[in-house]
Amino acid sequence: MADKIYSTKLQDKLERNIWAMILMSAFVLSIGGIVEIVPLFYLKSTMEHNQRPEIMWDRKEGQTLESWKAGDGIRPYTALELAGRDIYVREGCYLCHSQMIRPFRDEKERYGHYSLASESIYDHPFQWGSKRTGPDLARVGGKYSDEWHVRHMIAPRSVVPESVMPNYPWLVTAMVDGGTMTRHMEGMRTIGVPYTDADIAGAAAAVNGKSEMDAMVAYLQVLGTMAKLDYGVSYRD
Amino acid sequence: METTEKYHFDVVRWFSVAAVIYLVVGTLVGVIIASQLAWPVLNFDIPYLTFGRLRPLHTNAVIFAFGGCVLMATAFYSVQRTCGVKLWSNKLAWFTFWGWNLIIVSAVITLPLGLTSGKEYAELEWPIDIAIAVVWIAYTVNFVMTIANRKSSHIYVSNWFFLGMMIMITYLHVVNSLAIPVGMFKSYSIFSGVQDAMIQWWWGHNAVGFYLTAGFLGIMYYFVPKQANRPMFSYRLSVIHFWALTFGYVWLGAHHLQYTALPDWTGSLGAAISIAMIIPSWGGAINGMMTLSGAWDKLRTDYVLRFLIASLAFYAMSTFEGPIMSIKTVNALSHYTDWTVGHVHSGALGWVGMVAAGALYHMVMKLWNTEMYSNKLINTHFWLATIGTVIYIIALWISGIMQGLMWRDYDAFGTLTYTFAESVAAMHPYYVMRVVGGFLYMLGGVVMLYNVVMTIRQASTNPSTSAEPARA
Repeated sequence: MADKIYSTKLQDKLERNIWAMILMSAFVLSIGGIVEIVPLFYLKSTMEHNQRPEIMWDRKEGQTLESWKAGDGIRPYTALELAGRDIYVREGCYLCHSQMIRPFRDEKERYGHYSLASESIYDHPFQWGSKRTGPDLARVGGKYSDEWHVRHMIAPRSVVPESVMPNYPWLVTAMVDGGTMTRHMEGMRTIGVPYTDADIAGAAAAVNGKSEMDAMVAYLQVLGTMAKLDYGVSYRD
Repeated sequence: METTEKYHFDVVRWFSVAAVIYLVVGTLVGVIIASQLAWPVLNFDIPYLTFGRLRPLHTNAVIFAFGGCVLMATAFYSVQRTCGVKLWSNKLAWFTFWGWNLIIVSAVITLPLGLTSGKEYAELEWPIDIAIAVVWIAYTVNFVMTIANRKSSHIYVSNWFFLGMMIMITYLHVVNSLAIPVGMFKSYSIFSGVQDAMIQWWWGHNAVGFYLTAGFLGIMYYFVPKQANRPMFSYRLSVIHFWALTFGYVWLGAHHLQYTALPDWTGSLGAAISIAMIIPSWGGAINGMMTLSGAWDKLRTDYVLRFLIASLAFYAMSTFEGPIMSIKTVNALSHYTDWTVGHVHSGALGWVGMVAAGALYHMVMKLWNTEMYSNKLINTHFWLATIGTVIYIIALWISGIMQGLMWRDYDAFGTLTYTFAESVAAMHPYYVMRVVGGFLYMLGGVVMLYNVVMTIRQASTNPSTSAEPARA
């Protein structure tokens, strides 16, 4: 042994008393998480829309989600988009595609403006991802036609020969369920997503007769198109 | 035999055998999904077998099924031996065994069905999350109460590490899994966007830091001195190791979110502490390795010890690599690439898998009171695991750094040199190489399973004597 058994009084006490050991460990273990997480909920600087409210959709009384136009600002997903997002999560797309563009020149040229925190404010859970086996999708909306997306999801290698993405042919035949989407939107509202009664009441009709492929395309086509970002503006310090 | 035993070891035996089985299953799924990235035709157009659904199954199988059974076996084994008393409740221990395995079965069913919460390493849906919390607390209470009943005056160091893991995983699992159910197997995280990201990576990195590090350090602190038959190198170093790890690891999650929409202060804080973590990590690795000081020759003959010490070398390596990757300029290159995946596997295959193998071999011999069926096969397993790990991480170092460099490369005209698809095509040879490395590692697991099964059969047909075949 390199040293004699030698301890401080406190350490010795902890080693003799399991309850003191538990309390001390529980205390020490809690510090880092509290310091890093709690401020994110109250620091105004975390969300860019606190300084730049124009990036959020300013929804007027009586407006429906359908009256929103691309660039009007960040808004909750429509029933069909949310259905697409559910499928995106179900199929584990986030395991190979990020939705978080970093503020680098190459990412700007490849994917577009760097992502803002406010842009994922309605994302329960977040889908930033951690790996780019495929490209980032944060601003894929509007880059390709609907037809391209359909072909790509049915058989990715028919449009991108180098792709290693699985085929998703079953999305074409599977249908979105209206009752399910109503429940999902109600759940989202409970945790703070500002859906109106009319949004929820219209959910079933909005997805009626739509396939999972329609939903996926709707979701992909809205990604990154909500807020119109200005390259001349510094959204983050 | 059960009733006359000094300790409750039956449940430990079951956990040990389950762990070896899950090692093979978990790495097999890993080899399958690695092959899918090399040859996408292997997704077979079957929803249940696509990469996106099997990858969570792989991570859950190796972390929760294999890792969990190892942690439960070793904690229940070492807490009884270090405290000199039986488990506080044998019934609760069996509840933990069956509960945990039921959770694993439900993961095997739900994940391929696409029932997922969509949070990495915490994909299981809310009913299973509740079950995990209940079983985990049963495990913790049993462990704590056994220590409370101990005969020794002091609590041995391995138990501090197990305890730290149990408390932290309880925090992490409960907070990160908070969700609103919208169906029997569908829920939405109550957090969104940036807060959800921070909480997820606070969980994500501490699943590594506590589940796969603190818990496995508990294993190291018990099994290395036992197998080497020497006292721990330094008591003081273990005190520093424990408290520095307990305080520091918690902060590291933020380094997964450098340059994202997470505020800069959080990412930088995470990086600063990450770099500092090299000190306790290496302190611990040195503490384990130096336990062999003056008895290094044992490595030549004792293959179990070889596993334990090699695992510490991998631990030291990946805890050096981790802080480097958390430096912002390095992270700018490495993030989103295969380098991260390689880093995780140098820790998972090299450190976690090997220290677990060492501990399991040690326990199997003690629990069945016999030598291993074949000592040679332990050595075969050791080399398959070591070579497999090295091939795996080298493949992903190359592919990861190449990806990062290709993405940011500009040609003489100031335009991006490569399309994304070109970077995907360039990965192919390394993805094949990764399959080879992973396959060798899995083969090592198969050899271990065979060896363990034969050892147990031999012990049960010949219980009174130590049935060791002639050892050359």
